[in-house]
This record gives sequence, C-alpha cells and structure tokens, in this order.
Amino acid sequence: MSSLSEFDDADQEDSTTPKLEKEKTQDSAIKVTNLSLTYRTTFTKNQTLRSALRDIRHKERNVHTVEALKDVSFEIPHGTVLGVIGQNGAGKSSLLRTLTGIMPPTAGRIEVHGRISTLLALGVAFNTELSGTENILLAGLASGMTREEVAAKRKEIIDFAEIGDFIDLPTKTYSSGMSQRLAFSVAVHMNPDILLIDEALSAGDAKFKAKAQEKMHELMKSARTLVLVSHGLNSILNLCNDAIWLDKGQIRMHADPKSVVDAYSEFVKVGKSTPAMLEDL
Amino acid sequence: MKRSGKQSAAPEEILIHEPFKAGLPNLPKYIKDIWLRREFASELSRATMRSQEASTFFGRMWLVINPLFLGSVYFVLVSIISNGAHGGADYMSHLLAGLFAYQFFSQSMMNGSKSVLGVGKLVINRSFPRLILPISSVLIAFYRFFPSIVVYFIFHLVTKQPISANQLYAIPAFLMIFVFSIGVAALLATVQVYFRDLKSFLPYLSRILLYATPVLYYADAIPENLKFMQYVNPLFGMFGAWGDSLVRGEVPATSLWISGLLWSVGTLLLGTFVFLSREREFAVRI
Repeated sequence: MSSLSEFDDADQEDSTTPKLEKEKTQDSAIKVTNLSLTYRTTFTKNQTLRSALRDIRHKERNVHTVEALKDVSFEIPHGTVLGVIGQNGAGKSSLLRTLTGIMPPTAGRIEVHGRISTLLALGVAFNTELSGTENILLAGLASGMTREEVAAKRKEIIDFAEIGDFIDLPTKTYSSGMSQRLAFSVAVHMNPDILLIDEALSAGDAKFKAKAQEKMHELMKSARTLVLVSHGLNSILNLCNDAIWLDKGQIRMHADPKSVVDAYSEFVKVGKSTPAMLEDL
Repeated sequence: MKRSGKQSAAPEEILIHEPFKAGLPNLPKYIKDIWLRREFASELSRATMRSQEASTFFGRMWLVINPLFLGSVYFVLVSIISNGAHGGADYMSHLLAGLFAYQFFSQSMMNGSKSVLGVGKLVINRSFPRLILPISSVLIAFYRFFPSIVVYFIFHLVTKQPISANQLYAIPAFLMIFVFSIGVAALLATVQVYFRDLKSFLPYLSRILLYATPVLYYADAIPENLKFMQYVNPLFGMFGAWGDSLVRGEVPATSLWISGLLWSVGTLLLGTFVFLSREREFAVRI
C-alpha cells in the first residue's frame, strides 16, 4: 500500500521525480544501465574430454573469464541511428548480443522498447539444402512472426534481395552476395522498430549497397531505430546521427558521429580519408 | 513537462533484459516463448526432414522402408542366435514394437545431441529459446516413428495378434518415452557443446541400452543375477509398459508405470535445467 502511494506522489510532483524515472517510457528506444557482461570460455578452440582430463591431471584450469562489457550505460531515443565503433574485441558484438537477449547481462539492465530485428551474421540459411523461400519462412517463424505474416512479406523480401528464380533453389547454390542480400532483405522487412546490424553494410555489390543505404534512410525517416556496428568509418559518418566508441568493453566516447570518428581515427592512426576497411573501397 | 514523442497506436512491446536469477532465465516467460514459436519448431523439423529426403532416390518411402529393414535384420539375427526358438509371430510383434520405439528414442538422442552444435553460428546469433533445437530433433524422430507404427499395426492385424482396449495404455507409455527423450536430447545437446567427443561414445551407449532393454527378448527372460538391470536401466519401465500394452494387450504393472514416470520426468527436469543454465554460453562456445 505504501509503495503504491509513493508512485502516485511521484506522478503528481514532477519536480521531485528523478529524471531517469520520468524519461523511462517516453521516447527512449533503448536504455542500457550499468551493463556488464562476463563469460567464461576456454583457450582451446574445441574442448574435448581428453584435453579436459589432461587439465584436471595437471591441475590446470583452461577456463578464461572474458569481461566483454564493463559498466556500459547509454540511452537512445526512437529515430536514432547509432553507430558503434571500436577495435576488434572491444565488445561491439557482445553489446548487440545483449540487446537482443541472446546473452543476458551479468549485471545491469537493458530496456528495449519495440520490436527488434537483428542482422548479426551474414546469411539467412538455417539449412543450406533448403530453398530461399523455405529459409525465409524459418527465419520469420524464429523471430516470432506467424506463417501468414511471413507469406505477406515474402514477395517484398525476394524482390528487394533481387534473387529472382534462384529463390526456389537450395541456398547452397547461392553466391555469397546473394545470401548476404537475402539476409539483409529479411532483416529489414521484419517490420522492426529497432534494427541491429553487425557489419552488414558490405552486403552485395555497389548497386545493392546503395539500395541498402537508401532502405536504411527510409527506416530512419519512419522513426525507426538502428544500431550499426561497423568498421567502415564512412558508413558511420554517412548514416548515423549518434555514435559510441567502445574500447575494451567500456564506452570511451558517446557523441555525434563526426567527433567520435575523428577521435577514434586519431587513436588508431587511421586517416579518415583512407578507407578503414575494404568495404569502403 | 511531458514530451510529445512519436507514439505508435499499437501498444509498444517492451523487452527487459536483466541478469538471470540463480543462472536460469525467467521460466514462465521462457515457456511462453517456446509456445509462441511452436510453429517454428515443427517447421524446422519438417524442413530438416525434407532436406534429408531431397537427396535420396526413394525419398519419403524410406520412412517405411527403414523400419521394415530394421525389423528383418534383427529377426534374422535373433532367429539364428536362438536356433529358431524365437520365430513366432508373437515374438516378431514384440520385436517390431520394441525396435520401432527404440529407434525413436535412439534417433532423438543422436540428433538431439547434435542439435545445438549442428546449427552453427548463424542460428546461434538469433534470439529465440534454444530449447526448441533439441525439441525439434525429438519431433523429427517422432515424424519418422509415425509411419513405422503404421507398419507395426498392419503386421499386428495380419498375424492376428490380440486386440483389446488395453492397447490404449500404449499411448501414455509412449508419452513417457517421448518425455524422457526430450530430457536426454536437451542434456546431451548441452554436454556436446563442452565435450565434442561425446558423439563418438553415443552409438555404443545406444547399443548397450538396447541390449539392456527387453526389446530383443522378453522381460521375464532376464536371469536372476541380472535383475538389477530393471532398476538401473531408465528404459526398462517405459518399454515394459509399451510392450505389455501394445503387443500383448495387457494392463502394464504399476511398478513399470512408477519407474517409467520417475525416470522420464526426472530426466526431463534434469535435462532442461542443465540446458537452460548453460544456454547463455552457447553463443560464445560454438
């Protein structure tokens, strides 16, 4: 009872309400508070019983704790295109994984307002023996759509990806560009409020890249939120209106894209004009 | 003071990710998530089967050919070993019913153990309750089991084996095998992520379990000094109840139900617990 009345008071007296409480459900698309992520992994790539027994005999523990994210906090409103940059192993992919819920945080809290769609790995195929159409259905069902919803989107997805007649062939026959285009097309057509993309701008040839950028601008205009992890600093500058630089699991800088890219280029000694990755070529 | 943000007419979905309590996800929510994706689970199973059939000449016919061959092979084997003592139609029905159910269990175990490791990085980078993967392996085994049970019934009718209402007890008996299989699949799928050599042990484990289970012989043929197997073999109660009801039309003994039920529910709980407590590590281990 007492807690209830406390809430009522807070609602009426705006001035006493903490700022965080007030903004919580209004505009923010993603709100991350004191997020930390640690996990244990082994140095040996594939753990076998034999190597485990050997470790026990030698009283060795091959297990290594990785602190992928340390006390990360940020908040972005709807309509933001957030670029995330940082060196390999800085925690960019881990951040996306926690945002989608693939890896729950070790500490902290994440609030995601809206339907989320992800493009974390290129390719769409659950099973390369299956046709493009079948894989589209599986991808849609996996992300929680109904069969009818997927059917309604199918034509749009196929047309956008420019797969043509190949759509009925097993995806193992696709060129890498085709699978990338299909993956991108599936992700953006899931009607996401929030779209997370990991290094996917390299999808396809120059023509498709332009089309992909256009589609992302379109998503931005309809107040959708994009989080974009990329090594391509030019993509960050062209597309984003907010940027985060992750370094060793912590936020080193959170500001407008230009300042962040400038600071980052200075840090890694990559001239902004020189392409950071082949994708910019 | 209120901001006039862009608000869609539909109620906004809010997802909150917080640390797991006691290493486990929020169970009611997890179960609901699985239920919401039930179509995905069945489509994944059926699509996987289609892709396996696509590269074979007989395709779907294998679903019937397989159990027929399997039955014949063991029939020849046992007839020779027993010098023709086991040759009657009643024995053959016992053998077929047991083998087909065992095939279901063994396929669930084999494919279930591969279910997480096999899908690879791409699927692991999607957000969905991963328990669907071992469940869908068990579903595949079930779709394969179904035609074999039709084969069994034809044999049962042709050889004029007893028909009675007691045969309906075979349904709950099979349910125990089904639940047990899901538990085993979830457990082994997790273990396989950490110990990849498990897959080399499994065929042997599967064979030992088959020989320890009254499939190739009748339960009362177990010699006195091996009776302990009834208690250590999880499959004893389930397969006992299955055979007694389906093949002989008897009401299975209470002890079979108790042992089967304890093993199946216990294994399901253990398997899902181990799976859920390790699930978050899969993305970085694969």
